[in-house]
Amino acid sequence: MTNTLHRYGDAASFEDDYIIFAIPCKGKNDEGAVDKLKLFLGICTKHRPVNIGNSSTSSFRPSSGLEPSVHWKRRHEPEPRDVIEGVHRTATAAAVFDSADKAAACLADLIDADLGLSINVSTSVEGAKRIAADCGISRHSVEYSLGFDDPHDKLPDSRVLELSTMCGHGMVSANMAKKMLDMVQEGRRDPTAAAVTLARFCPCGAYNPVRAERLLRAGTST
Amino acid sequence: MSQERLNPTIVRAVRWAAGKFRFRFEPEPDICPTAAFLMEDLEWPRIVRRVFSDPLIEHKSTGIHGRGTEEVKTNDVTDRVSVGEVGYVIEFGRPGVGVWFREIEAVTKALAQLSVPFEAKNPITQLMDDETAGTLNPGLLDEKILSAIVEIKTEISEVPRVLETVSVVARQIDTVVAVGVSTRCDEAGDDKLLASLLVDLDYDVARAKTNMGLGRVTNTAATGSAR
Repeated sequence: MTNTLHRYGDAASFEDDYIIFAIPCKGKNDEGAVDKLKLFLGICTKHRPVNIGNSSTSSFRPSSGLEPSVHWKRRHEPEPRDVIEGVHRTATAAAVFDSADKAAACLADLIDADLGLSINVSTSVEGAKRIAADCGISRHSVEYSLGFDDPHDKLPDSRVLELSTMCGHGMVSANMAKKMLDMVQEGRRDPTAAAVTLARFCPCGAYNPVRAERLLRAGTST
Repeated sequence: MSQERLNPTIVRAVRWAAGKFRFRFEPEPDICPTAAFLMEDLEWPRIVRRVFSDPLIEHKSTGIHGRGTEEVKTNDVTDRVSVGEVGYVIEFGRPGVGVWFREIEAVTKALAQLSVPFEAKNPITQLMDDETAGTLNPGLLDEKILSAIVEIKTEISEVPRVLETVSVVARQIDTVVAVGVSTRCDEAGDDKLLASLLVDLDYDVARAKTNMGLGRVTNTAATGSAR
């Protein structure tokens, strides 16, 4: 699951994008992992993440029971409780933070909790270094993104990529990201609602609606 | 089959009135409200399309969802990539372009010629019929999937040669390639070798996934055998 590594943007654009995730390893530390993952998500939730996920569902969920009145009454706030209760299998759990301070405070609590699961931080290289230093730990391993090699120009433009690649599994289509950009630019949808609409399509909970909202607002000023 | 449960008479009346004023209803983007999409039961080899495209499906070969790889995310308990080694995560088809297995095979064949070892706990390696030649199961070659990851590992001195090979073959296949390279940090938590090498090779290493080293072996059997 490399669903957080290849987010499009420069280092500065990850200032509000910090993903902390826990992953059990089969045969090594997966015994009792379901309870530990619930504990992990519980600790993360105390630090007000903008999204969390358990590999099946996220704080922003689609609905099969929509009717026309949804335009006026749909909630755009994260709903993390069902995500924690919905951990039923050994998989990855993730929390997305919109500031380094929140991420560092969460990591400090995770160090104290000593869950024994592998904990990873996905953000800019320098951002992760800073968080590790703030918590007084040394990084164990690092995996660098070398970006996309697109020799045949198959990818959409950079503004669309910044939005769509926040779901690394490809569940947020480029066309949907473009549609939301256009709708916000035309004043047909406010950036908050458009960002949450995109987040609903990412079942892992790795999508960052705060960064998406910022990018959508920036799109209206161009 | 529809889940909307709207009164059809009212819907038709609203549509008729909207049509007269040249405006139309804009539905909320979400799950198809009329249940028009049905998931069919797929058989081999077509089943691989689902396994490599739906992140909610577990890769049985590795027990992991998504693209089915652990990479260095669990390196603190597996020691998959040691100091001085480099792990490569070569992903095809992402984002949103897709890839045919025959295109993946073109790259795995080229990598095999470099005599680099393919990661055993990887879904693509599990589908190879000859690892030394880098060939995949022939029945899969005409299947297209959303994305897949090939994992290899080399010494750090091999990085320029491997990345050059991937770059050259990427131009011969009709998709997008995203590469991640990983290494283990030193005792101080620094990576003084790989990052500077990548910069020398003109790569922009702005983003990374960082294993914080909090994992440990806790399974009863595993700790017992370790003792």
